[in-house]
Amino acid sequence: MLTALLRSLRTGVVTIRYPDEPAQPPERFRGAPRVRPRAVITALPPPSVCPSGAIVGGAGQSRYAIDRGRCLYCGRCAEASLDGAIELGRQVELSARKRESLVVEVAPDAEGRAVALPGPPRGEDVAEQIRRTLGRSLQLRHLDSGSCNACDWELTALLNPVYDVRRLGIDFVASPRHADGVIVTGPVTRNLELAVRRTYQAVPEPRVVIAVGGCACSGGIVGRSYASAGGVAEVLPVDAFIPGCPPRPEAIIFGILLAVGRVTERQP
Amino acid sequence: MPSMQGLEQRLASWAGLERGPRPQDLTARLHRAEDVPAAVAELCAAGMALATLVATDEEATADRDLKLRYIFEPASHSLRPLPDIFVTLLASLDPARPELPSIAVEVPAANWHEREAQDLFGIVFSGHPDPRPLVVHDGWPKGRYPLRKKFEAGQRPPVEPAEEFPHLLVEGEGVLEVPVGPIHAGIIEPGHFRFSTVGESVLNLEARLFYTHRGLEKRIEGMTTIDAFHVAERMCGVCSVAHGLGFCEAAEQIARIEVPGRARVLRTLALELERLYNHVGDIGNIAAGASYHYGTSAGLRMKEAIQQVGERFTGHRFLRGLLVPGGVRFDLSAELARSIEAAIAATAEALADLKERIENNPTVIDRLDTTGLLSLPDAIALGVTGVGARASGVDRDARRDHPHAAYGSTSDLEVVVVTESDGDVHARLNLRAAEARESMRLIRALLASLPSGPLRAAMPEALPPWGIGLAAIESPRGAAIHWLRSDAAGRVDRYHLRSASYANWPAVPLAAQTSIIPDFPLVNKSFELCYSCTDR
Ligand code: SF4
Repeated sequence: MLTALLRSLRTGVVTIRYPDEPAQPPERFRGAPRVRPRAVITALPPPSVCPSGAIVGGAGQSRYAIDRGRCLYCGRCAEASLDGAIELGRQVELSARKRESLVVEVAPDAEGRAVALPGPPRGEDVAEQIRRTLGRSLQLRHLDSGSCNACDWELTALLNPVYDVRRLGIDFVASPRHADGVIVTGPVTRNLELAVRRTYQAVPEPRVVIAVGGCACSGGIVGRSYASAGGVAEVLPVDAFIPGCPPRPEAIIFGILLAVGRVTERQP
Repeated sequence: MPSMQGLEQRLASWAGLERGPRPQDLTARLHRAEDVPAAVAELCAAGMALATLVATDEEATADRDLKLRYIFEPASHSLRPLPDIFVTLLASLDPARPELPSIAVEVPAANWHEREAQDLFGIVFSGHPDPRPLVVHDGWPKGRYPLRKKFEAGQRPPVEPAEEFPHLLVEGEGVLEVPVGPIHAGIIEPGHFRFSTVGESVLNLEARLFYTHRGLEKRIEGMTTIDAFHVAERMCGVCSVAHGLGFCEAAEQIARIEVPGRARVLRTLALELERLYNHVGDIGNIAAGASYHYGTSAGLRMKEAIQQVGERFTGHRFLRGLLVPGGVRFDLSAELARSIEAAIAATAEALADLKERIENNPTVIDRLDTTGLLSLPDAIALGVTGVGARASGVDRDARRDHPHAAYGSTSDLEVVVVTESDGDVHARLNLRAAEARESMRLIRALLASLPSGPLRAAMPEALPPWGIGLAAIESPRGAAIHWLRSDAAGRVDRYHLRSASYANWPAVPLAAQTSIIPDFPLVNKSFELCYSCTDR
């Protein structure tokens, strides 16, 4: 007992201070791909470089769009672009309240250089009732709707001593009846659709739905098929989308806080 | 090897023999599919075990058939040292009436494989003892087989009214049925468990899985190698490196690409970091199952530290994006090597400390000892692999038996395979600790032996047509078997992954039957299987 105590004292505090202090991903971290302002449009790689179909448009078309909700953050587009026309950001706070806000578009100007197109209007503010009731203490029920388990393990990591989300009043509960919302990973497989609907229905109102990871945001690499609905929004009303494959723990914390109105969306 | 020659002679009466898919492998094309059981019996008698069963739809090719490939590997003690070969028994079936005898009674490891081929290809295995649907669930229309080429992936047949799934019922006085899942009370993957209990004792447990079936093997068909790699890497989160590597090695075999030595060492390094973060995290999870919360936190912290150093190396907390068909994308600097060494040193100390605390804590040990027993004969019959198998005394490890990446390339990189004999939760915990130490030794050896040279070999965009690649990778959960074939355009015609979890799941209900219901989470965590790479 005493040795355990001494050991703990020697270790000190390992918990990070996010969101009071910014996330610090390492140098090689691959964040969201974005078109460098004023990049030459012809330097952008064709959509075929993207393994998940996150890129549309390009040569000869009026716009070029990257869907962060579908992106795997693999960095192939950046590698294939000329003169660094696509660069990988370092921002982890990518969550949005509306699905469309995850799509970032550029169009060529008269000189054939990329100019950012204005995104859709930001998602409506979180309802006052949600902010009031869930803004300080939020109990979530995790719902795996067919993930590869990477997102699930990042949710588990939120409970480790390093991220410790309980310090923010956020916790995971065993029963949907004790929950204020569901946090969903996976694209909603056919074999889980019923269970997903029923779990959601068992959560008392007001409730929130948070989609974690590319599969939950858009179907991701799984897509829409005989086995998959192609994203949580096909089945439930989603309050916050957290893109990433999987999103880092800080990114998930940001998305959870966004769902209940404790933070606001960052500019893409 | 002695018995191989005799085996070839005996197989020759039923089949045409050829080398392949790898130069040292043997493929036996059976003249008649009805001879599968007899040929399988010969293979089993020669000490071979079923590694995987791959079905393919080749109706559109000149063969106009469905094919089944029963892939066997040496397993018995009598064949030691186990040679790195695979024997493929190939049976051709009429697509209009695909039927052949089941081998599931003689080879229990074939049970799920046959049910999967039944659901996804419509192949009938006559005499199968349990032909209930496995992969497709209630309401899937009869006569629709998603992995047939005719079936378009985008189709979404409506859910048809269905009767309740026929679970195995145990009847008798005082028998209570406890249904659990598919949505569980923790942050875990979905599956449905039916316990039949008397008091606290489990009489029978039925596990129904495939809730997370994502149709990935259909999805990957027609993709280029590089796109398909990203899907393979996402079959499972915590085996990303292992599954990505299996796909790469299979594709590289088809393309006849020699991966540079430096890339092979870096791949091995990532694979061992993956094994290490899994093993230390799983020790923490076993502690959680035994309500020892200090142990849970200590395990999660070790795991986090290894994932963090892995992210510094690969840019990803699950080490995704390092591998690429042909080699690796990132190099290792001296500074990174030092931070990996530091993380290893800290983990070695923390692991020794945690292990000692667990061993000295009678309330924890009492929960672990004699709980969740898996006997050696059961482990062999079911074809269990990895930690679950070695903790019951099965001396197999694909890193030694089917060398891949850089294993065995120098004497330092020869894996010392550890086994235990008790087959209980405690044995599986001990084994993980011992394997974690071996991983750390290997990581140090890899860092010390990093050859210079390029990071990748040029990989053609399209593979040579109709090539087959076969690879066995020791993932953190045991051996995973990857089978890949290219199509006429050099894209993916068929990719099949038999993950370690797929082979191991049937052992969990068996082990649970020696325990009480409150110990089930502990038993389950001691195997620590994935659903995603089982269900795909
Ligand atoms: S980083 Fe995202 S957008 Fe770019 S190629 Fe990879 S998945 Fe596609």
